[in-house]
Amino acid sequence: MISNDIAITPDLIAAHGLKPDEYERILELIGREPSFTELGIFSAMWNEHCSYKSSKKWLKTLPTKGPRVLQGPGENAGVVDIGDGQTVVFKMESHNHPSYIEPYQGAATGVGGILRDVFTMGARPVAAMNALRFGAPDHARTKHLVSGVVAGVGGYGNSFGVPTVGGEVEFDAAYNGNCLVNAFAAGLADADKIFLSEAKGVGLPVVYLGAKTGRDGVGGATMASAEFDETIEEKRPTVQVGDPFTEKCLLEACLELMASGAVIAIQDMGAAGLTCSAVEMGAKGDLGIDLDLDLVPVREERMTAYEMMLSESQERMLMVLAPEKKTEAEAIFRKWGLDFAVVGKTTDTLRFIVKHQGEVVADLPIKELGDEAPEYDRPWNEPVPEPMLAAADVAEPADYAAALTALVGSANGSSRRWVYEQYDTLVQGNSLATPGGDAGVIRVMDAQGNPTTKGLAFAVDVSPHYCKADPVQGGRQAVAECWRNLSAVGAEPLAATDNLNFGNPEKPEIMGQLVACIRGIGEACVALEMPIVSGNVSLYNETFGEAILPTPAIGGVGLLPDVEKRVGAAFVNDGDVVAVIGGEGTHLGQSAYLRDVVGKVEGAAPPVDLALEKKNGDFVRGLIRSGAVNACHDLSSGGLAVALAEMAISGGKGAAIELTKGDGATHARLFGEDQARYLVTFPAADADALGGKASEAGIRFARLGAVGGDDLTVKDILSISVANLRKAHENWFPRYMDDRDA
Amino acid sequence: MKSAVVVFPGSNRDRDMLHALELVTGEKPATVWHQDTELPDVDLVVLPGGFSYGDYLRCGAIAGRSPVMSEVAKMAERGRLVLGVCNGFQILTETGLLPGALMRNADLKFVCREVKLQTVNTQTPFSGAFENGQVWRCPVAHHDGNYFADADTLAQLEDGGRVVFRYAEGTNPNGSINDIAGIVNAAGNVLGMMPHPENLVEPIQGGTDGRRFFESLIQALETA
Repeated sequence: MISNDIAITPDLIAAHGLKPDEYERILELIGREPSFTELGIFSAMWNEHCSYKSSKKWLKTLPTKGPRVLQGPGENAGVVDIGDGQTVVFKMESHNHPSYIEPYQGAATGVGGILRDVFTMGARPVAAMNALRFGAPDHARTKHLVSGVVAGVGGYGNSFGVPTVGGEVEFDAAYNGNCLVNAFAAGLADADKIFLSEAKGVGLPVVYLGAKTGRDGVGGATMASAEFDETIEEKRPTVQVGDPFTEKCLLEACLELMASGAVIAIQDMGAAGLTCSAVEMGAKGDLGIDLDLDLVPVREERMTAYEMMLSESQERMLMVLAPEKKTEAEAIFRKWGLDFAVVGKTTDTLRFIVKHQGEVVADLPIKELGDEAPEYDRPWNEPVPEPMLAAADVAEPADYAAALTALVGSANGSSRRWVYEQYDTLVQGNSLATPGGDAGVIRVMDAQGNPTTKGLAFAVDVSPHYCKADPVQGGRQAVAECWRNLSAVGAEPLAATDNLNFGNPEKPEIMGQLVACIRGIGEACVALEMPIVSGNVSLYNETFGEAILPTPAIGGVGLLPDVEKRVGAAFVNDGDVVAVIGGEGTHLGQSAYLRDVVGKVEGAAPPVDLALEKKNGDFVRGLIRSGAVNACHDLSSGGLAVALAEMAISGGKGAAIELTKGDGATHARLFGEDQARYLVTFPAADADALGGKASEAGIRFARLGAVGGDDLTVKDILSISVANLRKAHENWFPRYMDDRDA
Repeated sequence: MKSAVVVFPGSNRDRDMLHALELVTGEKPATVWHQDTELPDVDLVVLPGGFSYGDYLRCGAIAGRSPVMSEVAKMAERGRLVLGVCNGFQILTETGLLPGALMRNADLKFVCREVKLQTVNTQTPFSGAFENGQVWRCPVAHHDGNYFADADTLAQLEDGGRVVFRYAEGTNPNGSINDIAGIVNAAGNVLGMMPHPENLVEPIQGGTDGRRFFESLIQALETA
């Protein structure tokens, strides 16, 4: 048992991740040496994960407002108006470090945490996504991580009962020592029934809800704010264990409780558990909080104050209760088999006072702990973008059909079916487009559970190699690709959540990546009118001093006013015309072709012309909504050729394509990753009218050929059967995971 | 047709089932809590999919011992229709209302995908609207759907025509013996199946093949 009177030594301070100047600040704030429990509380509140101390200055520059934004960053999740008094509530959050240490539980509790963030706001979760990044396929640990993380994501989400509608899975040696697990969740709530964490009213009961507190996850947030080294295996006990069954019960109980009018403020216990939730509720409401730890439901004996305050046991909530509703509220929780305990009260002292066994173990100023954590303006170097790489300096493939087959069958280009079939993509019965397309789509139900005509689209994107080569363009591109994926199903992009995964911010070049990526993200969000309404920053993603690629994942949400007016990426009808919108490919720097066929990673990232993105995307969305096109697919990794192949594979139909007359290099035209482009298909009879519409709008539009047959043919360049493309596309993942020869 | 859906802690396709039943039958089903000791007077009781009690013990083992289950058993005895889908099927085997067991999928992974089902016995209240031998699309989503029964039980099921639905065209997703996807009890009024017809009843869901399953129930009650 750890006592509260452990001597505070420099080693102990360092072990809590607090820098000497931060400790000086603590002494200044409280005017005495902190107790052991207090040191733990400061460490939990002031670590990077909870305080955003390195990134806050830059996050403030992001656009967070818009006509539809009801709640921006700072709450458990963002809230966006979708009309008819309904809102979508969403956020994305990382669970990178825990997942590397213990992949199943790390990923599972990542999903659990983000679902809790959403239903804490009063929303019923209706969709989930995840963005996963692993080391090189042949790295010794990769297969173990893939199988554990995917099983963990599924294990939690499937049991909880939320459909997983989209995501990303990528491999790169830069993640060998530090995988990324970013989990997204979205829920629906009526606009007048949103719950916030700001405590209101003095002397009101603070109630502990959900599962009991154990020793799991003690110090997790501090662990997540440090680099990894050879002691990583010793950190396994800092990973929490998930219980999706309890979470599902907690969801139902919380929604019932909220409907009863008993909830004044509510906050889930995530990172730094009881400490963080209590301090945030008090600090936001300008109130003090008194806690009596003897009243906290525990599942282990002889837990110390330190352990209880820092435990990250899952499936717990803290709320401020309307006292007259206590009996009713408690009955709801008992019905669902959950704990319900008054553990403290709100005060007007602005102090955070924690008692244990009759003793005050912590007495701290709540505002300074919460709102006034240290903030750094860390030194940073403006990144120097990689130089342009001319297509002429990139080798042409000897065999174009083989190059295309290699791309659709590569580690990063192949089908993710092995992954997403382990996720329940259909539960709730509203999944209209499941993983494998540009964006996942669900139908929106009203609060009574009746269908509406509305739909929501979800996509998550980032191209880390672009971000490394040019963080500004890479940041823009992550937003643009997400916006494009939403537009490509016919949705109006509403808002986004960002999950910024970077290395050690104390290194000026890493800090420079963060600053420049945020700049690019901000520019794109302004130009594309897609504000950031929630997010998460994960720094110190380094092992032995090797940083991951800068990976600012963007999760976007789009609205379909009429779900019938949407399209997928699959070729639909024989004879449909195939056309490209946005011009031809020229840019091979940092492309999938360069990496997977030529075997090089070099050159500039493709530049992102935000005005052009907007213009082309708005045009395409208009076509889809007018019912003019039968299929649409955005052009991204692998360029035109890969997009054609994907449309052919998902539609089970070939196409006969002829490249337009032009003087560009063939490989750049087929595999170039120029931005702001889409493929569309439509009936041949409409071709002239559509071409006219495009030229009127000043949109580059070119007919390429027609859907049909069993082969994908590009005249004079390649011809390959759709069956063979599909085989290459589908085989990579199962063969890799089954240990057979690829 | 009057129906009721039982909700256990951890049920998660209860709403899907309520929606499908209302859509196809035109009548709002009742919702019954697992602690209830009375069932409304209905033609059909449904045990929906999900992870009751987290399925941390054998799937359905704890739910099978809920207070409501003795009422469900009585309903079955009285000849009313009882349907268990996915977790509901597991619960029915745990209570002994149906024979056999659902083991972990052969490849040990959760699987969610569309499969093909073949209706191999149309002489039950759950399958009368299908053509004999008809193959239809239906999604599955489960971790423990690998049906198994000992040789004698299996022979009874097969000889008695109690296998109603089989996975067809090589789409068996879980290693179930004899491709069994759904079976009935000896009296023919209790059916358990792993696939989810409730998730394929509207064109917007990508098809309406699952409708026929529910239409069978209506048809059976009309002719009864």
